[in-house]
Amino acid sequence: MKRKHQRLLLVLASLGLVGAGAALVLTAVEDSLVFFYTPADLAEREIAGDQLFRLGGLVEAGSVRQSGSTTTFRVTDLTRTVPVSFTGVLPDLFREGQGVVAEGSLQPDGTFVASQILAKHDETYMPKEVADALKKSGRWQDGAAAQ
Amino acid sequence: MIAEIGQFVLVLALIIAGVQVVVPMVGAARGDGTLMAFGSRMAVAQAVLLILAFAALTHAFVVSDFSLALVFQNSHSLKPMLYKVSGVWGNHEGSMLMWVLILAVYGAAVAVFGRNLPPTLKARVLSVQAMIGVAFLAFIVFTSNPFLRLNPAPPDGTGLNPLLQDPGLAFHPPLLYLGYVGFSMAFSFAVAALIEGRIDAAWGRWVRPWTLAAWVFLTGGIALGSWWAYYELGWGGWWFWDPVENASFMPWLFGTALLHSSIVVEKRDSLKSWTILLAILTFSMSLLGTFLVRSGVLTSVHTFASDPARGIFILMILLVTVGGALSLFAWRAPTIRGGGLFAPVSREGALVLNNMLLTLACATVLLGTLYPLILDAASSGASRVSVGPPYFNATFAPIMVPLVAAMAIGPLLAWKRGNLRAAARKLLLAAAAAIAAVAATFIAVPDGPALAPFAIGLAAWIATGTLVEGSARIRLFAAPAAESWRRLTGLPRAASGMTLAHLGMAVLIAGITGASAWRSELITTLAVGETAQIKNYALTLQAVENGKGPNYNFERGTFLLTDRNGATIVMYPERRFFPVAGQSTTEAAIKTTLMADLYAVLGTSRTTPEGTEQWTVRFFINPMVPWIWLGALVMVGGGLLSLSDRRHRVGAPRRKQQHAPGVSGAPAPAE
Repeated sequence: MKRKHQRLLLVLASLGLVGAGAALVLTAVEDSLVFFYTPADLAEREIAGDQLFRLGGLVEAGSVRQSGSTTTFRVTDLTRTVPVSFTGVLPDLFREGQGVVAEGSLQPDGTFVASQILAKHDETYMPKEVADALKKSGRWQDGAAAQ
Repeated sequence: MIAEIGQFVLVLALIIAGVQVVVPMVGAARGDGTLMAFGSRMAVAQAVLLILAFAALTHAFVVSDFSLALVFQNSHSLKPMLYKVSGVWGNHEGSMLMWVLILAVYGAAVAVFGRNLPPTLKARVLSVQAMIGVAFLAFIVFTSNPFLRLNPAPPDGTGLNPLLQDPGLAFHPPLLYLGYVGFSMAFSFAVAALIEGRIDAAWGRWVRPWTLAAWVFLTGGIALGSWWAYYELGWGGWWFWDPVENASFMPWLFGTALLHSSIVVEKRDSLKSWTILLAILTFSMSLLGTFLVRSGVLTSVHTFASDPARGIFILMILLVTVGGALSLFAWRAPTIRGGGLFAPVSREGALVLNNMLLTLACATVLLGTLYPLILDAASSGASRVSVGPPYFNATFAPIMVPLVAAMAIGPLLAWKRGNLRAAARKLLLAAAAAIAAVAATFIAVPDGPALAPFAIGLAAWIATGTLVEGSARIRLFAAPAAESWRRLTGLPRAASGMTLAHLGMAVLIAGITGASAWRSELITTLAVGETAQIKNYALTLQAVENGKGPNYNFERGTFLLTDRNGATIVMYPERRFFPVAGQSTTEAAIKTTLMADLYAVLGTSRTTPEGTEQWTVRFFINPMVPWIWLGALVMVGGGLLSLSDRRHRVGAPRRKQQHAPGVSGAPAPAE
């Protein structure tokens, strides 16, 4: 075993591992990227029924209804709204008029069925995507983030 | 007045750190002993000043001095004392102050305990440590001053985020920072050694205890954070691959690799360039973590107290530190002489494999964490994605499998050239245990995911393999019991520490497998007196009552759990409402047995049109979750045991060399 051989072996082994790692990453990334859309984005593009994505916006005031453990509400970016249905325990910070990010997929009737409502630690926190989306739609008010 | 003193000593610490960068470095270059010794004194002075600054801020929180903006924003006079104190670091400014305090304390520890380090190396280490200190002290003084006054002082504060008012979280950040920042020692030693141009086995011995200490703290900190998320967030999960969790996990992965590669430097004087590079990368991950958490560039469930403008400052620190260190490395690394040769099948070979796999794992986590940022920048904001747990599970787990499989084999191989066949013979028992565990799991839980029994088998494989290696070392059953006992007590603590830490890993893997594969969940609504069924249990909501805590109101459910044999368990989950913050938190009720956690959450209530009040109820059976914390605890114990090894103390090498002739006949204890 010469130093040259040792180095060659190390290089080959690392290359092999990096290759395997890259293959893993590429196959995994394919299935697990979750895109973020606002209600306005949804109006512009076709989204397959089974595609998992995140929907973000504000919970429209007065839209929250409960039946059993299922909650329905509307998410708005102040230009368009999307009806959402969620079964489960809502996070502590879920409230009307507040920012929300829901993960799930779109049903043929246009309802977004959320499998998860993402919680935030802080009630003054506006999800970054929601803030950006509101800015984009020109409805952003500086005070809004602090409310 | 005390706050002004705090402000003053903070600025003084910045100035002293500035001097500490220059003086010892010049002293080391000139070989001037006086200047070098000056570095130690400044390191201690800097630590003392920062302790004073921190004490001043703590005082302001304890006496609720709302004329400080920071206290006003993060405290309230009605808050329990523990959370007044933990509020000091439950915010951006205070946590950064804690960051530099820990950095300075590590520096002072080198100054005080590193008496036997070569004076030039020690001076340079202190200088590099002070460079990091200057950057972060400037960051605090110029962008995040904790001592800003409000005039007039408000009558009362706005309160700390109620989720943070928890004993678990009170101690999570200090532990985490002790770990994160602890890797600055490895970094400073690496950069100092590059400047010095001398890296030998002794360097490995000096840097290892610091790395080990940082690793122990970080392991404990991550485990504590995960435990907190588990019982406080009420989601029943313990790890979410959240960017902020990843930010602490990446230094852990590199740190673990560093821990193993520095053994090779110490024992074999080999892998030196790689270990230096790893030391730089590990601390870079700590800095990256600080940047990710403090800048809020990533959306995360954890991002509170963040500010993009400050992010730029930390990003600059990150780029200069990492860029500078890597340039220095590129310049000096070719001068590092390679050490001993080794065959691919050898202890070194196994440790190289460990390093490659841990690095690869860290790279995939890094990629997944930063990918949303990269895509966002590349598409100038048009494409916003998040990379979820499926990505991490699909990339991380397959990389861990060979790593864990090799974990049982590596310690059985000799240095330089190992005998795989001999190792395999010793591992027959481990293989048998693994197969038995797979079979037993299949029989016990026939309806779970198909891969889960194999993961349990893997845990049995390392556990048995590690025990086989440990018992071979003390000649258990091969020699009389008294002889084995004598060997056990005479074993180097570093060796027993490794055995313990690897056993902890086995327990951890079993826990993770059980928790992710066999969890059951029930979501339903119950009125008082109603019953729902989950697995073997009937869950009855017996009562809901209201009450008052120190600074919150609560609604407490009484759940009666009856299993098939009629045995009952009562659980009391709560919802708390904090009027000051206008926010509620969930206090899950958890009943822990060794094999599973029963986990109950009381949701919100509503009144049906018929007039009955119903509560949303979430109930989990989380099998083997306690093993996760137990495994982490055993790993921490292993680290501490190894840290207590006399040879790891900075002063020890000399003493050991004096004793060396006496023990040279005995085979060197392998590690």
